[in-house]
Order: sequence, then structure tokens, then C-alpha cells
Amino acid sequence: MEYEIKPKEKFSLGLRELWQYKELFYFFTWRDVKVKYKQTTLGFAWVILQPFFMMVIFSLFFGKGLNIPSENIPYPLFVFSGLILWNVFSVGVTVAGNGMISNANIIKKIYFPRLIIPISSVLVSLFDFLMAFLIFIGMLIYYQFHINFINFLIYVPLGIIVTSVSTFGMGTLLAALNIKYRDFRYVIPFLVQALLFITPVIYPISILTNEWVKYIVALNPMYSAITLFRHGIIDVPVDMNLILISLLSSILCFIIGLYYFRKTENYFADLA
Amino acid sequence: MKPVLEIQNISKKFRIHHENQPYLSLRDSLVSVFKKSKSSSEDFYALNDVSFNVNAGESIGIIGKNGAGKSTLLKILSKITPPSSGKIISRGRIASLLEVGTGFHAELSGRENIFLNGSILGMKRAEIQKNFDAIIDFAGVEKFLDTPLKHYSSGMQLRLAFAVAAFLENEILIIDEVLAVGDAEFQKKCMGKMEDVSKNEGRTVLFVSHNMKAVQQLCKRIVWIHGGKVVADGLSRDISDNYLKTTSVNTSYGEIKALIDNLPSDSDFKLENICIKQNQQEGSQLLNGESFQIEIHYKVLKQCLGLRVYFDLCDNDENILIRSFNDENLEEIPVVMPRHYVATATIPSNLLAAVSYEIRIHAGIYNVKMCTPELGIRIPIDITSSNKINIAYSGDTIRSKISPFINWNNKLLTT
Repeated sequence: MEYEIKPKEKFSLGLRELWQYKELFYFFTWRDVKVKYKQTTLGFAWVILQPFFMMVIFSLFFGKGLNIPSENIPYPLFVFSGLILWNVFSVGVTVAGNGMISNANIIKKIYFPRLIIPISSVLVSLFDFLMAFLIFIGMLIYYQFHINFINFLIYVPLGIIVTSVSTFGMGTLLAALNIKYRDFRYVIPFLVQALLFITPVIYPISILTNEWVKYIVALNPMYSAITLFRHGIIDVPVDMNLILISLLSSILCFIIGLYYFRKTENYFADLA
Repeated sequence: MKPVLEIQNISKKFRIHHENQPYLSLRDSLVSVFKKSKSSSEDFYALNDVSFNVNAGESIGIIGKNGAGKSTLLKILSKITPPSSGKIISRGRIASLLEVGTGFHAELSGRENIFLNGSILGMKRAEIQKNFDAIIDFAGVEKFLDTPLKHYSSGMQLRLAFAVAAFLENEILIIDEVLAVGDAEFQKKCMGKMEDVSKNEGRTVLFVSHNMKAVQQLCKRIVWIHGGKVVADGLSRDISDNYLKTTSVNTSYGEIKALIDNLPSDSDFKLENICIKQNQQEGSQLLNGESFQIEIHYKVLKQCLGLRVYFDLCDNDENILIRSFNDENLEEIPVVMPRHYVATATIPSNLLAAVSYEIRIHAGIYNVKMCTPELGIRIPIDITSSNKINIAYSGDTIRSKISPFINWNNKLLTT
């Protein structure tokens, strides 16, 4: 086995190397899942309790209080379906975006493909999603909600994939920026909060009447993710133009994030 | 056979900004797009054209002062940071131990941490599984395997960390002063393991340390780095002597005064003289049957908290036998006023053996800085025996490093 260490010359994705380190994905993900709820009395229950309480609060204030429409399905189902995906995105982006700094001690001492850290953060938030998804299934049964199984099997996974791709793209981009410009530590929470407003989590896009606002919402990669996911449950027609814009934005996010991360990752150890 | 590591013209450049900014801020970057920044910057070479080859099975010590570029070299070798130019050809898997216990997580149990740390170091899960029993045996923590790491003593954490690293199966091991910690017994165990790795298992070891004794014990060859360049590369015996000479100020008694006058100046402290006296006589030939004094004359230039002078008494293997501070009897850190001082230490009679020692005089401000060269002002002293120990056996030389007067009570038992 012979290899060279030299200044970086050309761009590569380094997929083969990632594959060599595949066990590390498992260990990083496992560590974060395991550590997350250590020394909490309720422990693992928090995975489910957090989105559940959010749903209850949203249902009370927006569903009951403000009477926000919900595409003809019970508001709790509507908001929960959006919320669990949104949590993947918001938690994933926040953790991945800070990942290089919170793992600085490891980055400075050991080499491994740095992409493992943001990918593991996404995997951890997907793991949380799976738990919450079980509750969601439970809710579907509780409301005796009838779904179209074929739609469900196509659009629900699609929504999850788009969420993962967007989370990964945004997370890696922010992670790489954050290690260089520590301003992003403050930008990330703000950005996540602001994005929630233009994501149809608590309201359906149909209540937006202004065309321009619709397009702005569509620029948000999570718009397509949540809309597709919901389409697997509620049979409401979707605006393909808006979906396509959002999908494009998601893919762009992914490419830019990955590219910028790979391009700068060599110097992370010097900056951390 | 081709060398296992070929290091060819490696340089690493850093840009130093003369404005004090530890991190880039977005604003500065944005502003500098529009206008040329006024802050000057200059290039600093942490490594400058470093080349050497390492053969398979060799163990090489890399020495040099703090800031010489050793750590940068290790970081490049372990791919943590890329070189600015040059290249390294490696013909084996490199494992780097720049720190013990990288990635240990306090909330996870010992067992979990072994797997986590092992995989971060690049071990396959199967490899860890295979060596698992040997690892816990080496670390001696079998009882606490399922206890969270945060309840481990720091010694236990260290043992566990080293144990995981000790079972890495990579062909090339890079080790950075991991032995600087831990108690003597464990350090010995680690050294034993490392010797085993390099001598018996025939793996290649690059070992960075300040501890010349450890380097000499482990490595036949030394690469000495200074100012980012290789200044010497050869047998460890030859180089370590040279290295020790240059890293400290070593002098014979008569030259002390001249040497002190040539010390680099310090803003807080000025050493004025050092005298060694026995029976009011100055000199470095001393008798062990009588006490002698070490006088340190110095001037404090500014009011300082915790400025102290001290001496080390070392044997000729560089072991520090005694270290004693001029203010060690005080209960609080003193505020030292700008004056002239003489601090006198009295070494009691009947303590030292009839061998050569070295006294190293240091001064420093606690937690702030040293005011003397790294290894102090080194003054060799010779002790002759006058304390009538063991005189009946005149041919029998005492082999101990010190020879204090011990009260023996020999009783003859009848019946």
C-alpha cells in the first residue's frame, strides 16, 4: 500500500475514502444518539416528547385558537407531519453546523474524512425522526385516517430523502463557514428560526394569496420536502412549479455545501 | 527495500496577521473585498524544506525545542493538515497518537469508549474485538468497564487511552509525548510496550519527546528540528549530547559571572550572581560531610506576584533529584518588590554521594513565564567523600545517587 501526502491539487468527492471509514459513521452516530439523553430521567422518551408537546402547543394556539386551515385533515396530524420533518432539518443543520467546532479536539488530533461529522449529525436527527414517526403512525391510527398506500410509499420516503439532502447541504455549508467565520455560530439559530416562518409547517401554503410570497416560500428547500411528505398522506393537488423550484434549491444547497466543504476541509485543523 | 516513509522537501507556511485577530470575522472578509486591508501580514514557515527517509522497522526520535516545528511535522504526517509544498510517500498505514484518548466521551462507559476511541484511531471493529481482553488487561480497568468514564480517575482514563492505542496494528506509529503524563510505574509500562512495538514487532515508530532519556531508550536515530529545518540527523547518542548542550547554558564555576552578564535581558528580573560556598570558601569542589550554600543574587525590576528563584539538583543522567524554591516555606504567593535580593539555600551535610552533580538555577514568575534559559544556568559540582560512610570498605564504591546519613542500630541477639 503506497500513498502520497501532498498539497491538495484537484477536487474530488473522496467517496472511496468515506467508504473505508464507514465504521466511523456508525460510531459517531451511535455516540451522539447514546450521549444525547444521558443523565436525563426520562431519557429516550424526550425524542418523542419534544415534537409531541410542540404539536400540542401548535394545535392549541394555531389550530384551535387562530383556526388555521389544515388541508381538510385534523390540525394535529397536519402540524405533526410537518414538525417531525422540520425537526430533522433544524436539529440536523444546527448540530452539523456547529459540528466542526464541537469536535475540534478530535479534528486537531486525528485524521478522518471530515464529512463523517455532518453526515453523522444528519443520521442522528433521522434517528430521532424515526422515533417520532412511530408516534405519527400511532396518530394516524388514532384518527382512523385513511391513506392511499401507494402515495404513502412513494411520497413519504421522497419527503424524507429531500429533507436529508437539504439538511446535509445546509449543514455542511454552515459547518465549513462556521469554522472559518465564527459569526455563523450566531447566524445558525437565527437562520433556522427565520426559515421556519417560510416553511409550511404550521400553515398550508394554500393560505398564502400573494403569488410572490409563494415563490419565496418555494425557494426554501424544506418546502418541497414537507409538501411531498404530506402528499403521501393527504391527497391534495400540489403545485409542481413550486415543488420543482424548491427541489432545485435543495439540490443546489447540497452541491454548494458539499463542494465548499470538500474544498476547505483540509484546513479545518488549522482553523479549529 | 524502499523506505517506508519518504519525506521530501516538506514546507508548511502560515500567514501571520499583525492585527490581533484570533478568528476571521465575516465583516473583515467582506470589508477586505472592497478595500485593501491595512493589516500587514507576513509568511511564517513552521517547516522549511524538511526531508528525510524512514526505513521499515526503524524507530526515530524527533527532537527540538518548543516551536521548532515538530508538531507541525507530525500533523502533516498524520494528514491532519496538508503541507504547503513538498510531498510524503508512505508505504504503510500511519496511526498517529498526538494525544491519548482522542474522542473519549465522559458520558460513555469504559467499554463504549474503547470502541469509540479505537475506531477514531482507525481500528476496525473486528480488530478491537480481537484485542478487547488484552486492552482491558493492559489498562487494568476490568471492574469499571460499564462505569461512565467521568467517574474514572484521571490515571485510569489515561491507562485506558494508552491501552487502546497500544494495540493499534498499523505499520507506522507516530507518537507525540504521550508519556509525559501518568505515574512512574505506568510510564515504565508504556515505555516497555513501545520498545516492544518497535524492537520485537518490527514496526516503524516516530517518537517526539522532550525527554531525552526516553528518546535514547527507544530510538537509535534522532532527527533534530530547529526553526523548521532539520539541523541534524544521525545516531541518537551523538545528537542527544549536542542537543542537550545547546538547549541550556552549561558552564564551569569560574565562568558563571561572565555567563550571567551575557544572558538575554528580561523585563522583570536580572540575575546578578550565583555563588556556591562551603565553609565561606567559594568553589564547585565540595565535601559531602559538610553543608554548603547556594547563593543566588538577583534584582527584581518590577513589582511581581510570585517571582521565585529555585534550583534543581540533577544527577548526570538528567534526573532531577531535588527541586527547591526560595519561597517554598511561605503560605501565600508573595508580592516581590523591585529590589536587590540574595536567596541562599543550604544543602545539609551527609546528603549527597561522592559523585558529580549539576545544579541548575532557574527564575520564573509562577504561571507567567520563565526568566532564565529553558534548562536553567547549569553549574556542575563535584562531591568528594568526607562523611565517613562505608570507609571500612574502601574499595566498594557507593552506587546510590544520594547518600544521606542513615541511623543504623545493630543489635547482637544472644541465645
